[in-house]
Amino acid sequence: MMIQLVFYVFAAVLIASSAMVIFAKNPVHSVLFLILGFFNAAGLFLLAGAEFLAMILVIVYVGAVAVLFLFVVMMLDIDFARMREGLQRYAPLGAAVGGVLFAELAMAAAHWASSPVMPEPITGGLGQPGGPMTNTAALGTLLYTHYILLFQACGLVLLVAMIGAITLTLREKPTGRRQVIGKQHERMRADTLDMLTLPLGFGTDANGGFLRPAKGYYDTAVPGSYGVPAAPEPPREEVRKVDGDAP
Amino acid sequence: MPRTRLWRRSSDVEQFFFHTTTGHVVLLVLEALAILVPLLIAVAYLTLMERKVMAAMQMRRGPNVNGLFGVLQAFADAIKMMTKETIIPSGANRFLFLLAPFLTFSLAMLAWAVIPTGDGLAVANINVGILYLLAISSLGVYGILIAGWASNSKYAFLGGLRSAAQMVSYEVSIGLVIVSVLLAVGSLNLNDIILAQRHVWFCVPMFPMFIIFFISALAETNRAPFDLPEGESELVAGFFVEYSSLSFGLFFLGEYANMILMSGMVSILFLGGWLPPLGIAPLTWIPGPVWLIAKILFCLFVFIWVRATFPRYRYDQLMRLGWKVFLPFSLLWMIATAGFLLATGNLPQGVS
Repeated sequence: MMIQLVFYVFAAVLIASSAMVIFAKNPVHSVLFLILGFFNAAGLFLLAGAEFLAMILVIVYVGAVAVLFLFVVMMLDIDFARMREGLQRYAPLGAAVGGVLFAELAMAAAHWASSPVMPEPITGGLGQPGGPMTNTAALGTLLYTHYILLFQACGLVLLVAMIGAITLTLREKPTGRRQVIGKQHERMRADTLDMLTLPLGFGTDANGGFLRPAKGYYDTAVPGSYGVPAAPEPPREEVRKVDGDAP
Repeated sequence: MPRTRLWRRSSDVEQFFFHTTTGHVVLLVLEALAILVPLLIAVAYLTLMERKVMAAMQMRRGPNVNGLFGVLQAFADAIKMMTKETIIPSGANRFLFLLAPFLTFSLAMLAWAVIPTGDGLAVANINVGILYLLAISSLGVYGILIAGWASNSKYAFLGGLRSAAQMVSYEVSIGLVIVSVLLAVGSLNLNDIILAQRHVWFCVPMFPMFIIFFISALAETNRAPFDLPEGESELVAGFFVEYSSLSFGLFFLGEYANMILMSGMVSILFLGGWLPPLGIAPLTWIPGPVWLIAKILFCLFVFIWVRATFPRYRYDQLMRLGWKVFLPFSLLWMIATAGFLLATGNLPQGVS
């Protein structure tokens, strides 16, 4: 009785928040409703006794994927009036896509069956304690034996996606400021600092202002950064005055 | 279950607490209070501890006016905070602006439900305890991100974005470190993780992972030297620049509660949780919670020590450390751990 009540609460909030994802005017609100939806889905998993899936859902989708969604959506500059413009034109197309998805889901639901290679009865049903195996172990047993090829294939697809994303966004900017960390750590105080003892009322102007280290301002730069061309000798100044004529 | 052991003598009490609905609810509330009240007091005194320890390290006195050695300073701060005016910026999204501090605070409280303070002594001793902790700590970023966005301020927004990138990056290495520990334990239950350290704490065989986890914990809680989301030199105060009075106070409490939580995670994963250092007579007489608290206090001291010692990281250095140093190293270590356990036949078999 109690379990059914909790189930309906989770399910109702899940459906309502999914609807709000589509209907919310502000895209940030949409993402926040999506997160609420994820939570309720995790709650449903918990009720079904699949606590591992529930936690993974929260960690992966809420903790990482939705953070990145939110990250991107917050930086969007959206003109709501322009967004409305295409509504009439695209509505039939959207409805068609929705219809196809719904039909597919219905077909899938009609032919739903549990895997015949399920080890033991893992969960005893809604709100019941599980069988002898925890569902983490059961899931692992199934994934790494019968479905190992599919599992590895998924991993490969993700790897390709990851490499693709890196290749698309990686740019070598000549103005970037990147250091060779090892070289930077090897620098000694004597290379970079001069201790001067000056009488009261005198600045360091008489000694040529603040001194850039004669050696090694560009030494720690990664070739091709700091605006320094990679191949030829960097344009190095022996002593650079910084306080007067800043570059 | 330790509960039944505690109440075995008085069957009336047992009847009430375990077999009536009211009793269940009352018991649940009592259990929650038993963990939350000490936690909140600990948070209050952690602020004092931080100021005192930092003062000692910088050869100052620290707060010493309110009460003996300044013990009432925390309450003076709280009263000051509560009597200030709550200001909501005119362009802010009101609901989300107020939601963010509550989110940060309540998430920091929520995670404590699964922390075992003795043998099986937790509000919820669940099978996937460590995943629950990971899930809750990965949610902490939302409070900051929402605060940054809802404030409608450049500085707050930049702080929020920095924090999101930072926390997501370091969670990856935290996850891999946890996986290496789990490989040696064979269970996701926090109590089992502690019991697996009866002979040797994991900080000995997995010392590099211990260090990586601790540094990642610093980054995850936005503490110095990784406190870029609130870098006051460039972002004023980062994501909570628009917050005042109690809403600021909730952020503050949440941040410190998260520090205690992360110290708790370090203690449980690497320092043997509630186990004494050696399983011999005089040490085993001291109850488990005392050991856990002592270990948490030690970790907190190191948190403060780090803050007093190191300058803030540059942002590109922070990202480089997370992705190019910690991630490959913890991945390598995970594979090495699995290989070693398999080769020596020590891989935990058939446990839950």
